[in-house]
Amino acid sequence: MTISADLRARAEALGQTLPPLLAEAEHLAATVALGEHGRRRVGMGDDFWQYRAARPGDPLRSIDWRRSARSDQAFVQEREWQAAQSVVFWVDPAKSMAFSGGKRASKADRARVLALALAVLLLRAGELVGLSGQESPRAGRGQMLRLIEAMALDLARSDADYGAPSGGFVNHGRAVFVSDFLGDMAAVEASLAQAAGRGVKGILLQVLDPAEEEFPFDGRTIFVSMGGSVSHETQRAGDLRSRYLARLAERKARLAELARAAGWHYLAHHTGEPAQAALLWAYRALEGGR
Amino acid sequence: MVGFISPLLLLALLAVPLLWFLLRAIPPAPIKRRFPGVALLLGLMDEDREADKTPWWLLALRMLAIGAAVVAFAGPILNPKAVVAGKDPLLIVVDGGWADAYDWPRRIAKAASLLDGAERAGRPVALIQLADLAQPVAFKAAADVRGKLATLVPRGWLPDKLWEFSIKSPLQPFETAWISDGLAHSGQDALVEALAKRGAVTIYASEKPVYALGAATPAEGKLDVTAARQPAGPATALVLVARGPDPSGTDRELARAPLTFADGALTAKATLDLPPELRNRVTRFAIAGQRSAGAVSLAGDALKRRKVALVTDAAEGEGLQLLSPVHYLRQALSPTADLIEGGVLDVVPAKPDVIVLADVAQIPGAESDALMDWVNKGGLLLRFAGPHLAAADMAKLADDPLMPVALRQGGLTSGGAMSWGAPKALATFAEDSPFHGLAIPGDLRVKTQVLAQPGPDLAGRVLAALDDGTPLVTRKVIGLGQVVLFHVTANAEWSDLPLTGLYVAMLDRLAVSASAQAATVEGLAGLVWVPLRVMDGWGELGDPGSLAGVHGAVLANALKTGPGVDAPPGLYRHDARMVAVNAVTPGMALVAAVWPAGVALSDLTLPVEMALKGPVLAFALLLLLVDILATLALSGRLRFGLKSGGAGVALVVLALLGQPHPSYANVADDRAIAATDGVVLAYVITGDTAVDAISASGLQGLSDQLANRTAVEPLTPMGVDVEKDELAFYPFLYWPVTADAAVPSSGAYARLNKYLRTGGLILFDTRDADMAQAGDTPEAAALQRIASGLDIPQIEPIPEDHVLTRSFYLLQAFPGRFSDGGLWVEASPPDAVKADGMPFRNLNDGVTPVVIGGNDWASAWAVDDGGAPMYPVGRGSAGDTQREYAFRFGINLIMHALTGNYKSDQVHVPALLERLGK
Repeated sequence: MTISADLRARAEALGQTLPPLLAEAEHLAATVALGEHGRRRVGMGDDFWQYRAARPGDPLRSIDWRRSARSDQAFVQEREWQAAQSVVFWVDPAKSMAFSGGKRASKADRARVLALALAVLLLRAGELVGLSGQESPRAGRGQMLRLIEAMALDLARSDADYGAPSGGFVNHGRAVFVSDFLGDMAAVEASLAQAAGRGVKGILLQVLDPAEEEFPFDGRTIFVSMGGSVSHETQRAGDLRSRYLARLAERKARLAELARAAGWHYLAHHTGEPAQAALLWAYRALEGGR
Repeated sequence: MVGFISPLLLLALLAVPLLWFLLRAIPPAPIKRRFPGVALLLGLMDEDREADKTPWWLLALRMLAIGAAVVAFAGPILNPKAVVAGKDPLLIVVDGGWADAYDWPRRIAKAASLLDGAERAGRPVALIQLADLAQPVAFKAAADVRGKLATLVPRGWLPDKLWEFSIKSPLQPFETAWISDGLAHSGQDALVEALAKRGAVTIYASEKPVYALGAATPAEGKLDVTAARQPAGPATALVLVARGPDPSGTDRELARAPLTFADGALTAKATLDLPPELRNRVTRFAIAGQRSAGAVSLAGDALKRRKVALVTDAAEGEGLQLLSPVHYLRQALSPTADLIEGGVLDVVPAKPDVIVLADVAQIPGAESDALMDWVNKGGLLLRFAGPHLAAADMAKLADDPLMPVALRQGGLTSGGAMSWGAPKALATFAEDSPFHGLAIPGDLRVKTQVLAQPGPDLAGRVLAALDDGTPLVTRKVIGLGQVVLFHVTANAEWSDLPLTGLYVAMLDRLAVSASAQAATVEGLAGLVWVPLRVMDGWGELGDPGSLAGVHGAVLANALKTGPGVDAPPGLYRHDARMVAVNAVTPGMALVAAVWPAGVALSDLTLPVEMALKGPVLAFALLLLLVDILATLALSGRLRFGLKSGGAGVALVVLALLGQPHPSYANVADDRAIAATDGVVLAYVITGDTAVDAISASGLQGLSDQLANRTAVEPLTPMGVDVEKDELAFYPFLYWPVTADAAVPSSGAYARLNKYLRTGGLILFDTRDADMAQAGDTPEAAALQRIASGLDIPQIEPIPEDHVLTRSFYLLQAFPGRFSDGGLWVEASPPDAVKADGMPFRNLNDGVTPVVIGGNDWASAWAVDDGGAPMYPVGRGSAGDTQREYAFRFGINLIMHALTGNYKSDQVHVPALLERLGK
């Protein structure tokens, strides 16, 4: 991947906000991950899980003689399942995510914090983590830094008003889409269809600002998208509130339906709420699907 | 009535409806809002397109605002001064006598208003004052007349002989505005007629009454003062004030009496019953609150002290004093009258007001003639009975003209050992008696009296009688004078009368009525009277300046018909006599002016002109503010702004209420940082800017010298307020003591004491060079006041071996600007001893917390910005040396403050000894 010097500079500038985010994410992950240990399931791995009585068909090699010698029965040592999953994150880098309706952190910040915290948890659990459209997922602490760098690059590169998920799924891997999903639904649908085709499961985490949920506007207003590409003028913004909210509800319902159809999980999260709940939900949703 | 300065601007109002069309199409500007959810809004239509246009009420509001602004700029004026129509010149006539004085400002304002009107119409104006002498009338531009109007003052007399003005009036047609005092003056009709021939005449008269105060007339011991008014109005209560010098000679109010006009009455009378001592001092009467010469009545001579001559029988010289017939008279009269004693021929040339003959029966012919002559001219001859009179030959006495009644031979004694009947009491005084109203003591008894021979005219001559009807006091009028006979002795021999207060009161009433001599033409004529004090139109007495003397005839005329230009009201003197010419003469009646038909009458009320531009403009602004709010509300911005806007409004209100005080903590922090950056010398701010400036520049000079000569490099000195500032940062405080220095508060004392206890050093400087010797200068007193609250140890004059004498330089004198003041420091411990061979005692402990002196060190140290000394010290090179020593003292002091008793250590002894040359 070649990165122009300008892009690098912008990415570094943007990335400067990420270490604090990472710290926040680590902190967040620490609060959530307490007590979440291991897979607690039999599988491939290095760690001992349990002994069980040998059954017919068990290869002879798998019999644990040391254990079997202490009794009359033959035992087989089972290992804890340790197959690593590949989790691909797509954190919407579009400008719409930069919105904040008050003095709260922007949606983008929340989205990145959640994604990074999730990544921390996953890496701690030994999974492979990568960013959609970037290099393939990897494991290890070092991947966090690469993730951050990649996010900054994404941010720097993006000038669209609304984001659309790109490919880069790992077959039968996991995917995490963090976005406001206010843009074109077709791209999301296409992405989900592609993911379903490749056996990818995942979560849709919709991050919204409370202002987007409440629409507290009135009077003559020209609404402009964050990038300025879309605008809408109204005389009485207050009159639009109910219809806007109906459309938003419709959008959420559509997302939930899409997720269900693809076997994904969907959650709408507001920047006004604490992030822990969303992180916990996301972690469990990812775990449950494995 | 609303007028406009520039009414043409109002045409702009026609354009206001255009706003309807202009503004109606333009809706309020939209807010531009970044909002990602816009994607969901696309395609949503507004349900109501009405808001696209400005609402009608907002339009109406704006049109009203613009209209108000247009009206405001057209300069609306409420009650504009009317332009006096016409092109003819305007003659403004002002009476200008004392009757104008009480509301003179209104008259002048009216005249000024007329002038303004004439000026706007471009009419020439002339102004005449009728109380002045007639002058030819010349019309000028209004601006030229304005100056004359400003200098007009009311005169102390009334306009007179107005026909003279009609002769001088110009021949061209003109209009007349006559600001009248409402009184009729001689020749007024002729003048009005003459003026009416030239053009319209308008009379402006005040609706308030004119008050005139007549002269005080002594009436039976009291003073009657009458006042008149014109026109009659409702019942009015005024106050009459008698003024005169008090015993110290200061003019002040001596008495006051109510002066009440009944409803519709033209005159009122006030009666003052003053003790003679006060009455003698009264110089004038005035109606309180009436600023006019007519409301002032000068008293002149009329109320002055009487001259009373006591004539006794020459033979009684050796009698006991209490038996002397005139003893009681002397006692009674001496406080209020000048007494002369002697024979008849001795006293008559002194022209006394009263001659008292006590028990003198026979008057020799020459004396009788002299007395007769004197009585005829207005003298009062007061005679008392007595043993001599009773024993006199009544047949001879019967035709004595100087006896009010014929007497019977002998006297009547009642209540004595040899008589029937009891002593008699006095009957109540008859109403026509001058004694009427005097209270008769119940225990007053008359034992002996001389009896009057009954006659046809006896009853008319009795002033007082006993309860059996026998006369006690009789009176006969002779010429201008009178003879009064008391039928008892002047002493207490025959009656108790001389022992009572009634005796004094009776004498008083008789004596007063005796000297009320009217100043007649005969009395004044032929003499030149010098004006002593002249009364102006306001009723104020002033210096006559260069006013020439006035001939008696003129003065008499002024007294009779009222003062004028030739004899202004005031006090005139000739030899010992003084005549008061009042603005109001005794016979003067206030006659209301009667104006002929065809003369317009008006009053003095002025239309109060009020420019409405400001209020209307403010109203327009207010509407625009409302418009802003309404527009905000319409565009939905108001709702959002409520929270932050509320805070903003609160901020604005706070800012309006008072500039937010810069946080004191920050200031204090900055100070603390500045003070602790290095060594900072500090001085106490006394509040006297000159002293504080000297302190600042003095410490700057000392700091400079310290930096030059020592390792101490102080920063810029700071002033400290002992009430507020933290003192702990400063090793040294210079405290100049001013005479009026305020005593610090208890909080300040607490901080100062803490400062002293924790090693601070304060140099108190009384700057008087005197404190050590006397200690009684104001500064020293102030120092004692201040120091009383300070925790200062016992002090002593600085000992020779004190560490201050060697902490840097070796010193024995501590001069500032003064060199002879002493220096006081903390007393050394009594057990300090001087070791053998040592130049000083072993004083290792303690830094003196205070150093007290009066040598004004700061002035000696003070340098200006260029580093040059600011104040002279001493003379020539000796002065330079003195300044040098002042600096050395300062350096030693700072060194002492910074290093304590370091130099007191014996370690330094060898070096010091070497330097001392020992």
